[in-house]
Amino acid sequence: MSMITGAPGRAIGTPLDRIDGPQKVTGEAPYAYEHHVESPLYLYPLQSDIARGRITHIDASAAEALPGVVIVITHENAPRLADTSDKEYAVLQSEEVAFRGQFIGAVVAETFETARHAAHLVEISYDEEPHDAVLRADRDDLYVPEQVNAGFPTDTEEGDFEVAYASAAVKLDETYTTPMEHNNPMEPHTTVAVWREGDLTLYESTQGAHPVRRTVAQVFGLDQKRVNVVAPYVGGGFGSKGLPHANTILAALAAQMIEGRPIKFALTRQQMFSCVGYRTPTIQRIRLGADEEGHLTAISHDAIVQTAKIKEFAEQAAVATRMMYATESRRTTHRVAALDVAVPSWMRAPGEAPGMFALESAMDEMAIACGLDPIEFRIRNEPEIDAETGLPYSSRNLVACLREGARRFGWESRDSTPRARREGRWLVGSGVASSTYPVFRLPGSRARVRYEGEGRYAVEIGAADIGTGTWTTLTQIAADALGVGVGEIGLRIGDTTLPQASVEGGSTGITMWGSTIFEAARVFRERHGQNPSEGDEVEAGTPENPETENYAMHAFGAYFAEARVDADTAEVRIPRMTGVFAVGRIINAKTARSQFIGGMTMGLSMALHEESVVDPRFGHVVNHDFAEYHIPTNADVGEIEVSWIEEEDPHVNPMGSKGIGEIGIVGSSAAVANAVYHATGVRVRDLPITPDKLLPL
Amino acid sequence: MRLSCTVNGEKREVENVWEGESLLYVLRERMGLYGSKNACEQGECGSCSVYLDGTLVCSCLVLAGQAEGCEILTVEGLAEDERLHPVQEAFVEAGAVQCGFCTPGFVVATHDLLQRNITPSEAEIREALAGNLCRCTGYEKILDAVRLAAERMAAS
Repeated sequence: MSMITGAPGRAIGTPLDRIDGPQKVTGEAPYAYEHHVESPLYLYPLQSDIARGRITHIDASAAEALPGVVIVITHENAPRLADTSDKEYAVLQSEEVAFRGQFIGAVVAETFETARHAAHLVEISYDEEPHDAVLRADRDDLYVPEQVNAGFPTDTEEGDFEVAYASAAVKLDETYTTPMEHNNPMEPHTTVAVWREGDLTLYESTQGAHPVRRTVAQVFGLDQKRVNVVAPYVGGGFGSKGLPHANTILAALAAQMIEGRPIKFALTRQQMFSCVGYRTPTIQRIRLGADEEGHLTAISHDAIVQTAKIKEFAEQAAVATRMMYATESRRTTHRVAALDVAVPSWMRAPGEAPGMFALESAMDEMAIACGLDPIEFRIRNEPEIDAETGLPYSSRNLVACLREGARRFGWESRDSTPRARREGRWLVGSGVASSTYPVFRLPGSRARVRYEGEGRYAVEIGAADIGTGTWTTLTQIAADALGVGVGEIGLRIGDTTLPQASVEGGSTGITMWGSTIFEAARVFRERHGQNPSEGDEVEAGTPENPETENYAMHAFGAYFAEARVDADTAEVRIPRMTGVFAVGRIINAKTARSQFIGGMTMGLSMALHEESVVDPRFGHVVNHDFAEYHIPTNADVGEIEVSWIEEEDPHVNPMGSKGIGEIGIVGSSAAVANAVYHATGVRVRDLPITPDKLLPL
Repeated sequence: MRLSCTVNGEKREVENVWEGESLLYVLRERMGLYGSKNACEQGECGSCSVYLDGTLVCSCLVLAGQAEGCEILTVEGLAEDERLHPVQEAFVEAGAVQCGFCTPGFVVATHDLLQRNITPSEAEIREALAGNLCRCTGYEKILDAVRLAAERMAAS
């Protein structure tokens, strides 16, 4: 087993091995489905076969007659929920069907296969109504949401875009589209629900134990103290486990009906394509105007996204464009279509990931139109302050990332002419793109520090580790905050019996939980000094950061990709990518590097592979499994070189760190697309870049 | 049916098994061996990789009945006493683990590769792990871990 060692006060910045590594490589780490419970039952959901209408009749007699079946639950016998204002959580509360694949019931049985078999014996009749499940730009029912995800304003306007654009020397007006994509963490969404004597325990696959408790308590009308959520290990999330979904409510409903018996409910991979969120498809029109020297004078970004009729989620695709480059005039808008579809939600860098594909593709096109190298063009349009807030940046080292990346990648020798290099059957090219992600803040975390004697400290916070490395990095942070070695820290996370923590979302985990631990450690030392007595304890909340009034805070990065495209088949290979990041202080080089590489790989995947194909006739995702929804295998990923520049940012938080969970995916798809253009001379503005969009070459 | 097999060197008998269940289900839900993961149910992701009579299989694609009388080795059976297997050690040290859900499958597949070939080429490593999907790491550190394990096992 790996030893945890280290000198006091210097844990942050060391490439400590994962504390949870040994449990994970031996298969001992208990994920949600794997906690020991006595006499469990298994739930298999019933899902609607229509995209819109009403259930008129349910015949569950054959299913109920099957040995081993305990109950068939539908809206006809399900308990009424206390709060049905959020329609995503109003599970089995009416006969209405709002999208294909919606939960309309469940079979609970003694074994999983019995439940699955019985579910197929339930006969359901519908009164079907016409549905509409396809996003198009020419719809006449696009609406203006009150705000977009993360609370950003829907539209913005600086200067007079129309006038500036009309008089620009160089212009670009193009539309970029990205498809529906599904998060697909490796661990399927899982709940094991136990309802016993009025207390509900949920072993949950989630990015936030406390947020799940809040939602479930509200939906069921329970005191939060009666709900406990346990999630020490989570097999990935990428946003889809950021908010609870209907599966959690369904499992809890079943547990309520069968008190005392634990209900185990893990979605199958196929079911994950119907009800746990996804990235909306986007249609994004970008217009850029520049003067003769390549200075941008006009930028506009108009994004169209979809949401569900039962609940609004408006992805903020145009938000990064508000701060990325300097310009005299700028306009951004978001319009939304409400469709008969499942509720879209967070998927790694919602907003920035599709938005920066569009903007960074457009920047590449515009650089060419201006006759400038794409790096030089970006540097020429580097802003001095944050245009959105009028504040200076706490640190902004995009230019340094571009220059360092160019050096590492070998950009200098590049011939800017597209389709200029051919090696045998391969057309070879290279592309660059910028990246950014905000330093978000989420309120409401608390941390507890307790001295346990013999030099050891317990540090407790209900934070989540979805694979990001929280177990390890918070241990490092706690060690430095208390001025002890990492071996003296006993960290506890992932449970609502611990002090409450904000969700692992928006790349905020380390900023919020780390700041809170620093505060608790400070208060602990203030009260109990350097020589505390066993049992001395303090709890503290997240401190305010007054610097957010004075500075705009964002992380930045730059990507370089080499593309090789088969001249006959248009198969695209990406043998190497380089990423350089400016993200403040790196807490743990080992976990950070792997996250950056993983993020860039997901960007590569977005560029070349991922697309959830909706059949408009039925309103469901056709390619709903790993055979048909393609994510990269190791053969699809070449060499990915990641580095970061030393960035001191004393303003963001006590660690000087910026979140790194999402920035890796932002813009990396554009670097690939730009490289494919350079290799082939064909500009694909519609992801994913599949051979049919490149041929004939 | 009653299923009799040997798992990680231990004789196991399980009653009331439905023949159509997967070996993965038996391991996880009937024996409490949760190391092998269920992530796709169709042999695409390799998260449920185990040895069945010495052959690497996706246990989600093996029917419980097919395991009758067989010897099964799972990720739980690789470490000896308290000491991690060199493959497991290498995965931790190389930073090849993130969420950990694909990890047991990768560890078993790597173990299988290095049993057969202690000096695998780059192409052989990539081929051996072609059936394992990871959503977190981008594979780079997993490949590093395999190289590290191979190096150490060859040296010892």
